Amino acid sequence: MSSPTSRAFATRGEILAFATLAVLLLAVLPASMEIFRLNLFGKYLTYAFVAIGLVLCWGYGGILSLGQGVFFGLGGYCLAMFLKLEASDPEATKIQSTPGIPDFMDWNQLTELPWFWVPFESLGFALVAVVLVPTLFAGLIAFAMFKRRVGGVYFAIITQSIAAILTILIIGQQGLTGGVNGITDLRTLKGWDIRTDEAKLVLYYVNAFLLLGALVFCHWVLGTKFGRILVAMRTREDRVRFSGYDVASFKIFVFCLAAALSAIGGAMFTLQVGFMSPSFVGIVPSIEMVIFAAVGGRLSLLGAVYGTLLVNWAKTTFSETMPELWLLAMGGLFIAVVLFFPNGLAGLWQSFRQPLMHAIRRHAPAGSVVADAAPEGGTR
Amino acid sequence: MSARTKRIEATRRARAFVILSTLLAAFLSYPALAANPTSEVNTTGLAVTDDTVTVGILHSVTGTMAISETGSVQAEKLAIKQINDMGGVLGRKIEVIQEDGASDWPTFAEKSKKLLVKDKVAAVFGCWTSASRKAVLPVFEQYDGMLYYPTFYEGLEQSPNVIYTGQEATQQIIAGIDWVVREKGAKTFYLLGSDYIWPRTSNKIARKHIEKLGLKVVGEEYYPLGHTQFNSVINKIKLRKPDVIYAIVVGGSNVAFYKQLKAAGIDLASDKWTLLTISVTEDEILGIGGENIEGAYAAMKYFQSLPNPNNQAFVKAFKEMWGDEIVIGDVTQAAYLGPWLWKAAVEKAGSFDIPKIREASPGIELETAPEGYVRIHENHHLWSKTRIGLAKEDGQYEVVYETDELMEPDPFPAGYQ
Amino acid sequence: MFEGYSWAELGSIFAMQGFAGLSLFSVLVLMALGLAIIFGQMGVINMAHGEFMILGAYVTYLCSNFFAENLPALFSGYFLIAMLLAFLASASLGALVEWGLIRHLYKRPLDTLLATWGLSLILQQVYRSVFGAREVGVTLPDWLMGSFAVTDMIEIPINGVFVMFLTLGITAGVWLWNFRSSWGTQMRAVVQNRVMAGAVGIDTERIDRLTFAIGCGIAGIAGSAFTMIGSTGPTSGQLYIVDTFLVVVFGGAQSLLGTIFSAFAISQSQSTMEFFLSGSMAKVLTLLTVVTILMIRPQGLMSLRVRA
Repeated sequence: MSSPTSRAFATRGEILAFATLAVLLLAVLPASMEIFRLNLFGKYLTYAFVAIGLVLCWGYGGILSLGQGVFFGLGGYCLAMFLKLEASDPEATKIQSTPGIPDFMDWNQLTELPWFWVPFESLGFALVAVVLVPTLFAGLIAFAMFKRRVGGVYFAIITQSIAAILTILIIGQQGLTGGVNGITDLRTLKGWDIRTDEAKLVLYYVNAFLLLGALVFCHWVLGTKFGRILVAMRTREDRVRFSGYDVASFKIFVFCLAAALSAIGGAMFTLQVGFMSPSFVGIVPSIEMVIFAAVGGRLSLLGAVYGTLLVNWAKTTFSETMPELWLLAMGGLFIAVVLFFPNGLAGLWQSFRQPLMHAIRRHAPAGSVVADAAPEGGTR
Repeated sequence: MSARTKRIEATRRARAFVILSTLLAAFLSYPALAANPTSEVNTTGLAVTDDTVTVGILHSVTGTMAISETGSVQAEKLAIKQINDMGGVLGRKIEVIQEDGASDWPTFAEKSKKLLVKDKVAAVFGCWTSASRKAVLPVFEQYDGMLYYPTFYEGLEQSPNVIYTGQEATQQIIAGIDWVVREKGAKTFYLLGSDYIWPRTSNKIARKHIEKLGLKVVGEEYYPLGHTQFNSVINKIKLRKPDVIYAIVVGGSNVAFYKQLKAAGIDLASDKWTLLTISVTEDEILGIGGENIEGAYAAMKYFQSLPNPNNQAFVKAFKEMWGDEIVIGDVTQAAYLGPWLWKAAVEKAGSFDIPKIREASPGIELETAPEGYVRIHENHHLWSKTRIGLAKEDGQYEVVYETDELMEPDPFPAGYQ
Repeated sequence: MFEGYSWAELGSIFAMQGFAGLSLFSVLVLMALGLAIIFGQMGVINMAHGEFMILGAYVTYLCSNFFAENLPALFSGYFLIAMLLAFLASASLGALVEWGLIRHLYKRPLDTLLATWGLSLILQQVYRSVFGAREVGVTLPDWLMGSFAVTDMIEIPINGVFVMFLTLGITAGVWLWNFRSSWGTQMRAVVQNRVMAGAVGIDTERIDRLTFAIGCGIAGIAGSAFTMIGSTGPTSGQLYIVDTFLVVVFGGAQSLLGTIFSAFAISQSQSTMEFFLSGSMAKVLTLLTVVTILMIRPQGLMSLRVRA
């Protein structure tokens, strides 16, 4: 546990670690692979938004949500609706019985745009909706549950059920949502073709900058008083409550924050992959996203990014060479992370780094020792 | 020492001679190669060398769809093996890169892109669900690949980058309903399906056709994929007493549906009930159990029991490669057509270039298809016959009817939308 | 929707519909009982519950093949033996999993969720490698097929009745085990206060393993029974997991009686809605109702304690 002692915004070690990640994302990856692979990594990085959201709400807040896919999906759908409307101009859809509406609506005998699609003709509205719709939805769920002190396992199972319900609903209402196919064949953003290689490169960088920004923001949040109350809450929720804090409000906030991050990830996914489908909203992807955070280390924001990249890269590589083994490897990974390294990659790195730093310090001139070995913040 | 050196020298010479003559023999036995230098048959940088051509297979071998897609992979591999045994395509052996779509549509998109961009495959045989096809379609159109898609599906699509080797909805539905009306005197229909685009679109076409004939639909409903409790709908069916239960249930739900139908006393083998499906192939019966579906009718273009010689050879070869226990369903056969149609198109075009294959494809005929004769239509679908099969207890269908003419594929049926 | 039908027809249909509800009820109870023990009593979130069920189904499949080939004379009785073997197989696997995995995680319930999810992935792949990706068909003995025709309209499925009696029997067994046997007493003692239970001489580790194994064993029996009404494939278990958890949570996790009540409420509302609405929407509405009630009353139907 790295309970923050009173300190500056970031220690030297943290800045170094952040800079390393920034260099990796902004320089090393783009330089070392062709655009096809880079686009894949861009896709993985959209999941990293979800993973750092989970670090906040699960790692620090102790709230395990098995429904993060819902927010990822909602964010993605909001943007996909805008892009689909742009792709369905009357000229491109003139063979339909009703030109100008998305193709799947035409197949389902809709003859005009449903009311809730209309505002999505505006990019501004869509962008606001990307963040706002999932956040409000998360707020609603969290408000209902945390005010009644539902937590832990119950919260996990209820969020999971919500993921199941929403999937069935989206699939069942295919005239309005595109059904199981999702919203496909997205082409341009305000006339800018998102399918070209140059666009992919630009989108990769936008994504990487957004992610780095999100990391800085989350780091800042955790450094404030709020972050410390969060940690306190996870350890002894009742004591925090007795100290006069409104525990539920803090939980609602952190859950909404995680949802908003997931939604941004979802929107970036839509842009980079070119479609959005209900297969992200369901239970399986939602649980997979938890494992990204767990592999990286549920208490480490940077770890979550590395965890996401590693798991997804392994998934792609394994499934290219031996698809049968992939599920075994993934299953084994879940078990190993839980049993042997509950703090994930970040924990491994810590246990590797500590002795190394000691060795370095022994040789370093006195005075340059950085006091970053965080004291154990136990409450026993 | 020197004797030994000489001996070595002699062996070396002999070896060189053997290698040279092998090369020469290889060269001579590939007259096609001499006639088709790679620089001419491949002007767009596909993965074609002087003696190989690489294609992709993209199906789910893991996840929920692996149940259905396994047969397609096997069929495509069989066809490729047979083509290679005959000397390949334009003198080049086909090599396969297989990718796993993992029953996940974004993964399909990712893998199709990998096949086209990185591996530069000359054709892709793959996809099964409509959702996976929709996910890869923009990729194929952007990078100009060629996909051979095997599943019967809902239509409403016609891409220059896809050859649809399964039937589109009208081919399956209209002949089936006409038959059941003619033979069974059916007047009322109960439409039932899993909740996604194919059953919904198919039922829409079925309803339009039924109403056009002046007959009646007495119920229509959809259950989520994977639903396992059908007792309520079975009660509704009993109440409405339709002449025909028209069922497009898929996947695991299928098994639950037919088992519960049987248990509830709806005996499909009796004269009282008629069930017509377009979603249950021999593959599905394996899971359902022949005794549970005995007496149901299926409308599709291929059944394993088709008596023609093409099919007998196909079934024999399939079992030799994949084991005696295996069954072959409609989609498996359609998947088998893919590599053959591609081979025919390449040979007609004299080139692996996608634009030339696209141009050459319409009109291509396959006399050797297990289902009989097929021909590619201008709209990239196949002309094919539709047949009605009667499910028997051993899990096979008995073909009770086939259309006289080839059915014209009509992916955008006028008056049915 | 009822115009044009006679009273006799409507009466029969409602009787049938009542039976459909009861049969869904027994299916839900059977699914949920094992989980109610594992999750409700031990606090372990077993996401691999569905895979334990499918293990039972595969054992039944193997049995049916074995009897059909080697002992065709005894085929009609194989199902009972298959259920026993299914119980033993799932329970042994359960004991193994408890020993290798779960016992390290009793203090971290959320982590059991992740670990057992991993386990479920592994089991799915193992089933796929061993039995193939396709679904397998389990042949039932003749006496389990078909239906009693009470009247022309009312036909009672025999396997539905069988599942009902099975559910009744297993529920009674679990109740006896839980409240009338010394193991049950010890188990409840361990659940309430592990340290004290250990102090008075209860072998808590053994009780844990036994409880987990029995929960898994019941899942195995459920899976075996479900070969009569559902599919048997590597991923079939996933179809049940959300419903099962909802039943247990809705009932109030620590109450077996609550599980039964909640299964009853969910099954009746779902089968009624399915009758009047179309399939997908009925499912959505049922789940939505359950989730809404859980948000209002998080402790579930039958629990006295408030959890935080």
